[in-house]
Amino acid sequence: MNLPSRIEVEDFLFTEASLLDNWKLKEWLALYTPDAEYQVPSTDLPKDANPRNSLFYIADDFPRLEQRVIRLGKRTMWSEYPRSKTRHMVSNVRVLDANDDQSHVEAAFCVYRTKWGNTDLFVGRYDYLLRRTAEGLRIRRKRCVLDLDGLRPQGRVSILL
Amino acid sequence: MSGTTSKPLVVEDGPRGLFQVARRAFTDERILNAELESVFNKCWLYLGHESEVARIGDYLRRVVARRSLIFNRDQTGKLNAFFNTCPHRGAEVCRDARGNTKTFVCFYHGWAFGCDGALKSAPGADRYSADFKAQGRGKLVPVPRFSNYRGLCFVNFDPAAESLESYLGNAREYLDLVIDQSDTGMSIVDGMQEYAIRANWKLLVENSNDGYHAATTHATYLDYLGNTHAKGGEVALSGVGRDLGNGHAVVEYSSPWGRPVARWIPKWGEEGRKELDAVRTHLEALHGPEKAARIALKNRNLLIFPNLVVNDIMAVTLRTFYPLEPGYMNVNGWALAPTQESDWARQYRLDNFLEFLGPGGFATPDDVEALESCQAGYRNSLESGAEWNDISKGMGMEARYDDEIQMRAFWNEWNRRVSPALEAKERQA
Repeated sequence: MNLPSRIEVEDFLFTEASLLDNWKLKEWLALYTPDAEYQVPSTDLPKDANPRNSLFYIADDFPRLEQRVIRLGKRTMWSEYPRSKTRHMVSNVRVLDANDDQSHVEAAFCVYRTKWGNTDLFVGRYDYLLRRTAEGLRIRRKRCVLDLDGLRPQGRVSILL
Repeated sequence: MSGTTSKPLVVEDGPRGLFQVARRAFTDERILNAELESVFNKCWLYLGHESEVARIGDYLRRVVARRSLIFNRDQTGKLNAFFNTCPHRGAEVCRDARGNTKTFVCFYHGWAFGCDGALKSAPGADRYSADFKAQGRGKLVPVPRFSNYRGLCFVNFDPAAESLESYLGNAREYLDLVIDQSDTGMSIVDGMQEYAIRANWKLLVENSNDGYHAATTHATYLDYLGNTHAKGGEVALSGVGRDLGNGHAVVEYSSPWGRPVARWIPKWGEEGRKELDAVRTHLEALHGPEKAARIALKNRNLLIFPNLVVNDIMAVTLRTFYPLEPGYMNVNGWALAPTQESDWARQYRLDNFLEFLGPGGFATPDDVEALESCQAGYRNSLESGAEWNDISKGMGMEARYDDEIQMRAFWNEWNRRVSPALEAKERQA
């Protein structure tokens, strides 16, 4: 497809961030394609690591991502109930290339999570595959590559990055 | 002597069915110092798996009980553990997380060491005494004790420690059940989960083989299994807990989840059934039907005292954790798998792992929350009536997987080591 403009992609990613920060997770999930993947690699893995043969923190296909969203909606998900406060900052957006109906987008992120008096920072790079659909842009793959040496002190990725 | 620390840390009264642990064991800096001395400086500690340094020259850096270590395989194939510090002025000679090399070079003054730790060269060597090397100076210092149990490599900072085999004792049977899953050897899967918990390290000891908390803490994980796994063949959680001696303990039980070695569930379809039937048949040929069934169907949450957890559950994870402060620990998690298994098995193993385990799983984050909640509650640990944890479940009864015998095994060994060290410190003070 033609490269989507950076403005179009930014609007889309900022909308995604806003849905996450407002805990509108079903609406957030609706931005993903039925064959979507959502990944957070372990911090010691190479850039092109494959979750089929390497240990990630998160490697969800769509059905598991849907279950993750269901879990995040429950009061028995103790790690996110009471809910944490989050703020997703997205910047340095670049539309790298496109073919057929998909485009490859990179962006930098800082996600702050505050709970129980602690504010933890997740910082890194988003690697997106976006697909043009009749409903607009949708996410085929989102890989969140952390610029960290580990989850210390964050301890968990119980929120969506 | 301080009034509060002279009180017992562990109280056991069998006839009353009472077993209590003082909550200040989780909050007191003096107790942490006594633990470093009497536990972490005396016990065998897991360093890494031999598969992580499989080739000649492979190395990795690893922090163990606050030491910076090099774990490597030298030119003769021998495994070594060195303190990662230059004998000259102390800089770390290994600065990459992992790699392959013939030499470690200290960048500060350029001293170079072989993979066996020997000094190969130093700029300006003629300015040192002629017999410098002959005196045995200038070598990387190996950790006092290093030992390999079927691929699991341990260190001990006490030169007088008993042998690893003897230390592992009855726990070897359970390690063998994990390692005997494969006759091609076991390996660590690429990718290490490094995280932290704002809680005392002993809370993770308790949590790692606690069958009692599953139904409540992991309600959403069990919901998830119910939502996603095709019906049929459900197996209830049920099994036993065992005190293995030396502080080691295990729970062994059946479960509703599938196991890549080798319990099939309907979700895995006909392809999965064929795969796992073949694995099971092979296990039976290797070990006979009884042991093969135990390997395939039973889960094991094993604690090697003080801080190695081997959980052979929906996948196999190794986990170590170290206190930085009474209320803060660093955790390392790995996935262990048969070196040779099909792409199908490896993928489902990792799928299973991530479903439950690790900082992004559907269960571990809730464990982290529970541990941090306990630590928050221990802000009240010196208040009258709120000073004790109750670890008495199942006392005087046949031990079930969801009792607390495995925690009592840990605490009795911990108390045997730590209380005398603490009292000695108090006397000195």
